[in-house]
Amino acid sequence: MQFMLLFSRQGKLRLQKWYVPLSDKEKKKITRELVQTVLARKPKMCSFLEWRDLKIVYKRYASLYFCCAIEDQDNELITLEIIHRYVELLDKYFGSVCELDIIFNFEKAYFILDEFLLGGEAQETSKKNVLKAIEQADLLSPEIQVKLIKGKHDDICPLNVNFVA
Amino acid sequence: MSPSVPLQEMIRAIRSARTQCEERGVIQRECAAIRAQFRQTDNGGRSHNLAKLLYVHMLGYPAHFGQMECVRMIASPRYSEKRVGYLGAMMLLDEKQDASLLITNSIKNDLSHSNQYVQSLALCTLACMGSAEMCRDLAPEIDRLLRSSNSYIKKKAALCAVHIVRKVHDLGELFVPSARSLLSEKNHGVLHGAVVLITELCERSPETLERFRKTVPDLVQIMKGLVISGYSPDHDVAGVSDPFLQVRILRLLRILGRNNEAASDAMNDLLAQVATNTDSTKTVGNAVLYETVLTVLDIKSESGLRVLAVNILGRFLLNNDRNIRYIAMTSLQKIVSTDHNAVQRHRGTIVDCLKDQDASVKRRALELSLALVSASNIRSMMKELLIFLSSCPPELRAQAASGIFNAAERYAPSKRWHIDTILHVLTTAGGDVRDETVPNLIQLITNTSELHCYTVHKLYRALLTDISQQPLVQVACWCIGEYGDLLLKGECQETEAVQVTEDDVLDALEIVLQSHMSTPTTRGFALTATMKLSTRITDNVDRIRSIVSIYGSCIDVELQQRAVEYNALFKKYDHMRAAVLERMPVIQKNSLGQTNGELSEEPMKESQPGKVKQEETALPPQPAGQVVDLLDLLGGSQEPLQPGSSVGGSASTQLTAAPTSAGGDLLDLLGGFEPTPLAPAPTVTVYEKNGVTLTLSCEQQSESGLTVTLTASNSTDSDISGFTLQAAVPKSVQLQMRAPSRDSLPAHGGAKLTQLVVLNNPNKVNLKMRIRVSYTCQGSVVQDMVQVDSFPGL
Repeated sequence: MQFMLLFSRQGKLRLQKWYVPLSDKEKKKITRELVQTVLARKPKMCSFLEWRDLKIVYKRYASLYFCCAIEDQDNELITLEIIHRYVELLDKYFGSVCELDIIFNFEKAYFILDEFLLGGEAQETSKKNVLKAIEQADLLSPEIQVKLIKGKHDDICPLNVNFVA
Repeated sequence: MSPSVPLQEMIRAIRSARTQCEERGVIQRECAAIRAQFRQTDNGGRSHNLAKLLYVHMLGYPAHFGQMECVRMIASPRYSEKRVGYLGAMMLLDEKQDASLLITNSIKNDLSHSNQYVQSLALCTLACMGSAEMCRDLAPEIDRLLRSSNSYIKKKAALCAVHIVRKVHDLGELFVPSARSLLSEKNHGVLHGAVVLITELCERSPETLERFRKTVPDLVQIMKGLVISGYSPDHDVAGVSDPFLQVRILRLLRILGRNNEAASDAMNDLLAQVATNTDSTKTVGNAVLYETVLTVLDIKSESGLRVLAVNILGRFLLNNDRNIRYIAMTSLQKIVSTDHNAVQRHRGTIVDCLKDQDASVKRRALELSLALVSASNIRSMMKELLIFLSSCPPELRAQAASGIFNAAERYAPSKRWHIDTILHVLTTAGGDVRDETVPNLIQLITNTSELHCYTVHKLYRALLTDISQQPLVQVACWCIGEYGDLLLKGECQETEAVQVTEDDVLDALEIVLQSHMSTPTTRGFALTATMKLSTRITDNVDRIRSIVSIYGSCIDVELQQRAVEYNALFKKYDHMRAAVLERMPVIQKNSLGQTNGELSEEPMKESQPGKVKQEETALPPQPAGQVVDLLDLLGGSQEPLQPGSSVGGSASTQLTAAPTSAGGDLLDLLGGFEPTPLAPAPTVTVYEKNGVTLTLSCEQQSESGLTVTLTASNSTDSDISGFTLQAAVPKSVQLQMRAPSRDSLPAHGGAKLTQLVVLNNPNKVNLKMRIRVSYTCQGSVVQDMVQVDSFPGL
């Protein structure tokens, strides 16, 4: 995988993980273009598209788009599974995760991602083990607490992990 | 100084800002506070501050002043600070920043930390943004960690090694022994990392690939365990046991089995098992099946297995899930040239996908459909393709149009069908066709003398309906100019004739001349056509004279020149007019390589006012044959000029103006000739006997790929039928003969036969080809053989 982006339906970036070295300017340009391209797609369209020389795999969960850029030899269908696994991990960790959780606890989202993927590849294929590792690491850092804010906001909408689109 | 607020309150404050300006204000205040905090010595909230800065960075604001803080945090003894520090390093630092070198030492220390979670942070950061120097520095450490007893660390070290190998290819050697031993692990995470590492090593170096081939039995064993064993709750995804690991192993097997019989044999059974046992109702099962199919098609699998794989793809094509259909078509595209017949079976479904809503699916379907066109299905396929063309998204039009032209040219069942098809494309997608279409079509029309009447009637009708499609208008004008007399005669066998008067025709041409939709090139065509009609009609020559003289003062230099020259033709050289403007001869399709010196400069000028640039899409490479045809038009039509000018006597500037204007007329046909002509491939005549000539030209397509074009012609008095060519090449060269353009050669070089041969010479042996020619002439069968030892241009 070359990079993974999470963005809302309004095009606001919620998470970006880059596995290739690019300057800030290039990253911004790519993000902008890709967000535009993906948001322009209609709901029933294919989850794969060709963009520059990369394959883009994206999936929408409620209000968030999960978008990965993979290389030619990578398997698109398994990338969809990777995205789904990541959402499941977030769901298990936050308990019925929604976009707000990822906004207010973005560093946790990164930590979870870093326990699941390393250098762009999956490092642990068992859900249980990933969550266990995060738990243990959290115990070492008592200062950063998870504050789950579920107030009256209109963009609260659980990412609905069990819905297989 | 405002007290710094905890991270989440800051996020809330930013989100509640109602305008961009307000948001900027909040962020500026926060950044100032953060900067101040950074300057202070150690306090409890350092990680919060950095986290805040990272949030601000994600919103797109500059955060480079946090880089040094990241470095400091990484060196802190507190885990929470290290964690955020490393996160900051991955987000703010990359190998292009100088500050990244400063963390190398911290990473080194943390790699040997007693706490595995600290080690894991260091490994993660190194794998994400480690530069080449950092990788070189720390590679031995990683290798040591690969041998540790801790699975948690081993799996991360493996993927870190992958990153190192990608950055510094030579370091691959270092990891080979440890990678090998990792395959005997039981832990899935470590296994997965090991397989990824081995894949990377094998892809980088062929010697390593050879060494790892011995692991095929082990890999097969592991896969069998995954596929057959019972339910394992830890790794199960919708009934498939650890699909991520399965897919990676299949991919490694593909690389190991490629081009190797022994390895491919060893995995045959396993692949069959996976293909039949995997549940294909969910995406995850299909992911594994997909990888299996890719592997089967890439290794030296036995034919039964290949059939199984293609059938799986066929099933995918019928799947309701659009993603699966897309994947199926992508895979079929890869094998359409090798397993053509197998893919043909699914032609119906593929053609249906042309009607899909999704643009990506449409594109795949289009590419596949074009690849599946053959002589037997050309009529039905073309119908579908033309329907597609009328409703396809604009970005696919150019590709569709050129694909249709290629297919039509190769497999046209009859000339009339061919012309009809081209006209249909020009009416539907005239704006997206390539520039050589116009001269090609014109050449095709002149060659089909029996259909001149039909063609000109059809084009005239098309012209009346719509003059916005420039290529169509240009061809129509040219035809009307050439065959206007047939149009006026009013009778035609092939189609319903219209009663056309001379005024009608001149009206039509004048509309084109005056319309603002016509490009200067088109106007040039129209003007020349009007001029040509002066010899073909009887009553309205004066009208033509007046039209031509009006344009003598046109602003457009090209038109003005033409008009002035035609005027001169009317006034001073009226006696030559008939000869100059007589019907064009049938244009010969000559062999490649003829260039026409002085006239070839003219196309440069012509193309500037030429076509409006269409949307750029990836176009298939121009067949070299088309360059020839344009140059031939110059070559072929020189003849009528010579007698014309010699009649006039000695050369004078006016005299040379006449041939130039007729030459300009010809160059018109080149209207859209692209300024960078292809280097024409050199041709040799390899066989010449009894009036049958065979020429050969070749073009290097890739490092080992070569396309050879064989052209046969017949200059005897009698027709030749049943003309076939067979070719043989040295053992290591792969050969594929495409269908020939025809199988008969009419007498007197009436038509030529071309056949494409695609060669693949991976071992770069000395290329030789033996060609057997076989045909029937005057009732007797002739067979001959010729050997080609040297290929032009190689």
